[in-house]
Amino acid sequence: MKIASRIAAVLIGLVAATAAQAEVTLLNVSYDVARDVYKDYNPMFQKYWKQKAGEEITIKQSHAGSTKQVRAVADGLEGDVVTMNQANDIEFLAEKGLVAKDWAKKFPNGASPYTSAMIFIVRKGNPKGVKDWSDLAAPGMQVILPHPKNTGNGRNSYLSAWAWALKQPGGSDRSAQDFLAKLLKNAPLFASGGRDATTTFMQRKIGDVLVTFECEAELIAREFGKGEFELVYPSLTMQTEFPVAIVDKVVDKKGSRKEAQAYLDYLWSKEGQENAAQNYLRPRDADLLKKYAAQFPAVKTFTVDDVFGGANKAFLTHFKDGGSFDQIYTQK
Amino acid sequence: MTTHSHRVLPGFGLSLGYTLVYLSLLILLPLGGMVLKTADLGFAQVVEIALGERSLAAFRVTFGASLAAAVVNGFFGLVVAWVLVRYEFPGKRFVDALVDLPFALPTAVAGITLATLYAGNGWLGRWIEPLGLKIAYTPWGIVVALIFVTLPFVVRTLQPVIEDIEAEVEEAAASLGASRWQTFLKVILPAIFPALLTGFALAFSRAVGEYGSVIFIAGNLPLISEITPLLIISKLEQYDVLGATALAVVMLAISFVLLLAINGLQWWAANRYTNREPLEAAAGRASAGAAR
Repeated sequence: MKIASRIAAVLIGLVAATAAQAEVTLLNVSYDVARDVYKDYNPMFQKYWKQKAGEEITIKQSHAGSTKQVRAVADGLEGDVVTMNQANDIEFLAEKGLVAKDWAKKFPNGASPYTSAMIFIVRKGNPKGVKDWSDLAAPGMQVILPHPKNTGNGRNSYLSAWAWALKQPGGSDRSAQDFLAKLLKNAPLFASGGRDATTTFMQRKIGDVLVTFECEAELIAREFGKGEFELVYPSLTMQTEFPVAIVDKVVDKKGSRKEAQAYLDYLWSKEGQENAAQNYLRPRDADLLKKYAAQFPAVKTFTVDDVFGGANKAFLTHFKDGGSFDQIYTQK
Repeated sequence: MTTHSHRVLPGFGLSLGYTLVYLSLLILLPLGGMVLKTADLGFAQVVEIALGERSLAAFRVTFGASLAAAVVNGFFGLVVAWVLVRYEFPGKRFVDALVDLPFALPTAVAGITLATLYAGNGWLGRWIEPLGLKIAYTPWGIVVALIFVTLPFVVRTLQPVIEDIEAEVEEAAASLGASRWQTFLKVILPAIFPALLTGFALAFSRAVGEYGSVIFIAGNLPLISEITPLLIISKLEQYDVLGATALAVVMLAISFVLLLAINGLQWWAANRYTNREPLEAAAGRASAGAAR
């Protein structure tokens, strides 16, 4: 009797599990440090979708380096949506025909629901008096940043410095490249990624200034204590975007387009925007930006489109083999 | 016919077939695919990629550091193996188990730990850097990481071979008048030399392909401390799968030639010492040398 009832319980469990699998499942393929944002966002959306469409939805997350992720999607990882930190990664999927060519127009704000900015982190009291990009190229300064050619974080830092140099009086591509050469000479190492750079700077106490995302600062504060460092906002820096897109090929096959669309749309809702702000990402919503003004000081920013004519073009000019980064090291 | 009659166990055909299929599936197929993929590029382009300034510098760093690490482990690994086989001391089992740990540890963890240790404020770095020697974020850091990762190869290849040399052989050499140095050089070393070379080759080839541990301690500066696997990753970050495979194929080709050379040396050594000359004879020769 007992055994029979146990078997029955197991069977019911199995049936229930199968039923649960039959519900809609979305896979969000995302970049490495997006965990916190989407960890909070997914339950919010599940609740919202239950109310709105009466449908239970399961959301799975996959996190790794942005470029690695899009390659996986191109090779067959069935992500319904991609949420990335570099536009050229989504561009790559568009070229492969997995994402609409005009993906950036499918959602507001160039399909980037929130932004961040590249800023400086310096030691407590700013002993070297770092104020702007020019200081980073000064003799005797040590700058920590992730590999400018291989990481999104490093690329954004590189392009920010380039754009600043370009906008100086008499600035040109030539002078910008010379400036970058000086700045990179001050880098004692290139960290393998954003978090590695943070550890090198904060824990191993190497370098005078760390260039990183504004949103990374809060994480450093949590990990190492607020009193250990200061933030410095340069006179001009890059507004970094976090573009999202629906993977057409996958949602058409799975029949999950409606849900995928709603999932990404909801990022622009008040709730979605507030969640971004709480994770120290600058919301697009002007009211919320005002509400969280203490956390997001005004800073003059540019976008890759403004200065470099798009992420893809910037990538080709600067980070492709033989691009400006390579030239700095191989043309002497 | 004659070769067949000497075998004690049957199943030559079956096991050879199995070996060939297994090796083909596991090794030849992926590597062959890689080489085929490179063929898309054309020879001229592969050469261009391989001879770029940064590629050449990375090859130098990768093979140089791997060689250095293998040489260091060839020496210290031999010492460790010798101590673990020949001496009894408390905690020997524990020390013996320690040797395998670099195998088990995820290499990224090893790299981060080593970088933390050897950084200017690390436990070791704070004593070494005042002496004017920087290890973390220099090519020396790469060598240190590779030594760590490849230590087990030399120790584990040598241990069984040293166990096989009976202490009586040393005693025989000594009683025939060989000095300690002669006993080592003429009796012990020839017997363990082929195994030492195997360990060396294993350590070297493992070091050439190592990425995870090196990347956190290398500093990754172009032309100075970039390893070839980093350049391969860099190509992948540019969606340039072909370029990445091309670099990998060139790296494999160099490794293959070097390994072939080491194997040749090993065959030569094995023929010269172990086959032609039993240990007892070697002991006699050593003593003859002593008498001279």
